[in-house]
Amino acid sequence: MARKIKMIMAKPGLDGHDRGAKLLARICAEAGMEVVYTGLRQTPEMIVAAAEQEDADVVGLSSLSGVHNYFFPRVVELMKQKGMEDVLLVGGGIIPEEDYDFLKKSGMGAIFGPGTPTTEIVEFIQANVRQR
Amino acid sequence: MSVDYAAQILEGSHRAAARLISWLEDEDERAYECMRKLYPHTGRAYVVGITGSPGAGKSTLTTALTRVIRKSGLKVGIIAVDPSSPFTGGALLGDRVRMSELADDPDIYIRSMATRGFLGGMAKAAADVVRVLDALGKDVIVIETVGVGQDEVDIVGVADTTCVVMVPGLGDAIQSMKAGIMEIADVFVINKADHPGSDMLCAEICARLDMDAQLRERGWVAPVNKTVAVEGVGLDEMWLSIESHRKYLLDSGRFYDNRRERISREALRMIHGELFRVVREQLEQNGRLDAAVEQLMNRKLDPYTLMRDIVTDWLSSSQCKRRRDEDTQS
Repeated sequence: MARKIKMIMAKPGLDGHDRGAKLLARICAEAGMEVVYTGLRQTPEMIVAAAEQEDADVVGLSSLSGVHNYFFPRVVELMKQKGMEDVLLVGGGIIPEEDYDFLKKSGMGAIFGPGTPTTEIVEFIQANVRQR
Repeated sequence: MSVDYAAQILEGSHRAAARLISWLEDEDERAYECMRKLYPHTGRAYVVGITGSPGAGKSTLTTALTRVIRKSGLKVGIIAVDPSSPFTGGALLGDRVRMSELADDPDIYIRSMATRGFLGGMAKAAADVVRVLDALGKDVIVIETVGVGQDEVDIVGVADTTCVVMVPGLGDAIQSMKAGIMEIADVFVINKADHPGSDMLCAEICARLDMDAQLRERGWVAPVNKTVAVEGVGLDEMWLSIESHRKYLLDSGRFYDNRRERISREALRMIHGELFRVVREQLEQNGRLDAAVEQLMNRKLDPYTLMRDIVTDWLSSSQCKRRRDEDTQS
């Protein structure tokens, strides 16, 4: 049985807009990944617990409400505390370009803004995902 | 192996369990050494199956039931199965959405699994995953199947108590008389019992159970529970029904019989799987399969003859003999 990429798609914080997250979950599933959608209003602790239990290779974070500079690094930090540095973290949503550098430096693998071709996201994940 | 996953799992590490489960799903060789070490520590957990049609509320019910079980201090493992795409092999696993509130309880482990082409409402590795969660120290393991129709009943091969979840408004009395899913229930659950038609559904199920009792002597008659899972209504009673069934199984000796039958079936299934894998690998490597398929397409060969030839050849092949020799020596 071929190995499948396992992904968690999560919406941290109180932001209730998950159309993008759901669409991307479907796109990644169409690309042959097994995608766990966690639903809305997740705390960083809930996201990391889900990633741990599911043995996720990739965690996708979606934010449209401007809370990315707090939530994304917080997820990275909790992952580090658990020794899960090999999990690829990607973010997307409404994120100003001037924040990209800060988020990448804090440990996000990539940030994808609006209009990113979905194939680019899938290819980035496939190219950068860990071996296990 | 650099990390002793088996030892970590026995100490309760969710992370180690998570990795082993991935290996089992992928049929990765590394899993088997681990499973060999864990096997003596399994067979202790009680396994509850939750099955029913898509949208019946299985995930919500599983969450609400887990909350009730946790009140008694028991640790819970949850296996939530969703379908893989037959076209892309990918899957969108959505059961966790309803389980958010359980996410940060360290005594609960939730794993989403895709069916990966396995029919019957379950993932192929589900029985193995039950053993992992058992070794991890979970007292109760709840398996939520794929949303099923009438005939996906593999859950009975894994669960000690199978709960069939039904909702009002999906069919008339004839549906409740059919074979398949209606037969496998140890406990019936009418979820969304606040919707119209739930009394009618309850009456139909009870009528079937009465009829069953007249057709054949039964030691256990499935209780019919009404729940409203989103509001947490009826879950204490559902857990009581499950516990009563457990007591019945233990008192009647059925528990031992069922487990024995299950172990026998699983051993056969594993042997079947491994034999098939070895033979297929050989056929693919030596090109015989491709050649044979060409002949089958041209109707120069029939698959019945092919099957017998391959099995006969394989049984007399040097590889097979060598294995037999090794076995007799050791």
